[in-house]
Amino acid sequence: MTVNGDVEKGRPEAIRAVPVRHPGRWAGAAVVLVLAAMFVHFLLYNPAFNWSEQWKYLFSEPVLKGVRNTIWLTVAAMAGGIALGVVLALMRMSPNPLLKGAAFVYLWFFRGTPLYTQLLIWGAIGALIPTIGIGIPFGPELHTWQTQKLINVALAAALGLILNEAAYMAEIVRAGILSVDPGQQEAASALGMSRMQTMRRIVLPQAMRVIVPPTGNETISMLKNTSLVAAVPYAELTFTAQTIYASTYQIIPMLIMACLWYLFLSTLLMIGQYYLERHFSRGVGNSGRGRGGLRALRGGGGQ
Amino acid sequence: MTVDKTTVTDSKAERPPMVKAEQVHKSFGHLEVLKGIDLEVQPGEVMCMIGPSGSGKSTFLRCINHLEKIDAGRLWVDGHLVGYREKGGKLYELRDREVAAQRRDIGMVFQRFNLFPHMTALENVMEAPVRVKKEPKDAVRERARALLERVGLADKMHSYPAQLSGGQQQRVAIARALAMQPKLMLFDEPTSALDPELVGEVLEVMKRLALDGMTMIVVTHEIGFAREVGDSLVFMDGGVVVESGPPREVLANPQHPRTRDFLSKVL
Repeated sequence: MTVNGDVEKGRPEAIRAVPVRHPGRWAGAAVVLVLAAMFVHFLLYNPAFNWSEQWKYLFSEPVLKGVRNTIWLTVAAMAGGIALGVVLALMRMSPNPLLKGAAFVYLWFFRGTPLYTQLLIWGAIGALIPTIGIGIPFGPELHTWQTQKLINVALAAALGLILNEAAYMAEIVRAGILSVDPGQQEAASALGMSRMQTMRRIVLPQAMRVIVPPTGNETISMLKNTSLVAAVPYAELTFTAQTIYASTYQIIPMLIMACLWYLFLSTLLMIGQYYLERHFSRGVGNSGRGRGGLRALRGGGGQ
Repeated sequence: MTVDKTTVTDSKAERPPMVKAEQVHKSFGHLEVLKGIDLEVQPGEVMCMIGPSGSGKSTFLRCINHLEKIDAGRLWVDGHLVGYREKGGKLYELRDREVAAQRRDIGMVFQRFNLFPHMTALENVMEAPVRVKKEPKDAVRERARALLERVGLADKMHSYPAQLSGGQQQRVAIARALAMQPKLMLFDEPTSALDPELVGEVLEVMKRLALDGMTMIVVTHEIGFAREVGDSLVFMDGGVVVESGPPREVLANPQHPRTRDFLSKVL
């Protein structure tokens, strides 16, 4: 009945067994390799890609301007969408039935109609609201502007994306806040923290763990949805590509070139998302670090 | 030793009781959970509350720091009405800010710890003094370190709650409450969520706190702790105080059949 001392003698030889063969995996790998070779051949030898034409325009002035517009639209739409989304989420969870109802109607409209249609309306906003004024509601106006002059195409495009995105962000933020254990708010209240402090220091940082991954997806979606502002119309990346091929007739090369830019930008966003998620998973389990994230980029682990 | 006559000497007669409840009622919807609670807790006293689940002990505890609003009766902490201001025979609800100020002086420890999972043990303890009392960070850090040492967690200051055992988490929670330098500590079944071998370390910390003179109300199922550390024992059932008195007397010689029945099941 001794426990120690026998370790040396007692340890059996390490197992060396013949591994199970997986012929199915080998066959699958062969099929994938052949398809990959065919795809590379297609990329290299199909003249329709016209890589040299793409290279000519990839860093040209109008394309770079389109890329810049795409980037600032994405940033503005997400920043505005998140800010307005937080407000809408708090309104929806408010005990005041009017605030709650207003937020619900907002969500109902902006989630219930297509973004493309909303952007078309923004393009024609001057027809809907000819003038914008400051004054007393239903009373005299102090000053009025022509809507067409006040809201140029860039602003109309940004507003269209922001108002639409806010509706989706509101639901993401609300889900995040609801995911936080109510005991956390109680503990904060019991310590004498105010409602604002509790929200900012305790609830939101924990809600972020639930909010960040779908927000990353929203950002990547937004990067691509900016192409819809061609409806306004505003010259972002896709619209610029269209303008170029309208005169050169090189349709596929210009569209592929736009895709390359989108891929480059969305890759940057995915990397950013990985680090954000890692930051907000602090304190969740011992293996919290490095959970999920870049695995998607590496192409899913597992053997 | 029947209802409410605690044997506290009146030597400090000018000091108000730390907690005074008069006919406290509380309902959730149609369910009346508290049906008129009268009791007093003197400064420095350790009061333990026992009773079957659903008897209203936890609800009463949560009324003391206004996590629950009472429907009728009066509740004072250190001479101040909880949650209301009385003026000209009329009650005025306190603003959120004023309620928060009242809670600062009342520490609370929860059954499920409720540590902030995104902060280390040290950050958990520092949070309220820095954010609520606006004390300088360096001074708070020193105090927080000392408190964590006092509860035996000097080597766990930079651990996140998920990396700590239940007993360690509950000790951090006690240190977090103490960091606000409260004059009253409320314990809501602090050991009920713990593995049996971890109960002792938490009770030990609470016992030392009691010896240091802290006023405490402890809702618990630990009869041994109540007997050894408590100055008074309250048995609640069905939303009323059935019996109260010095713990040894109540435990050794319960007067009410419901107390006898309950004790026969848990002892």
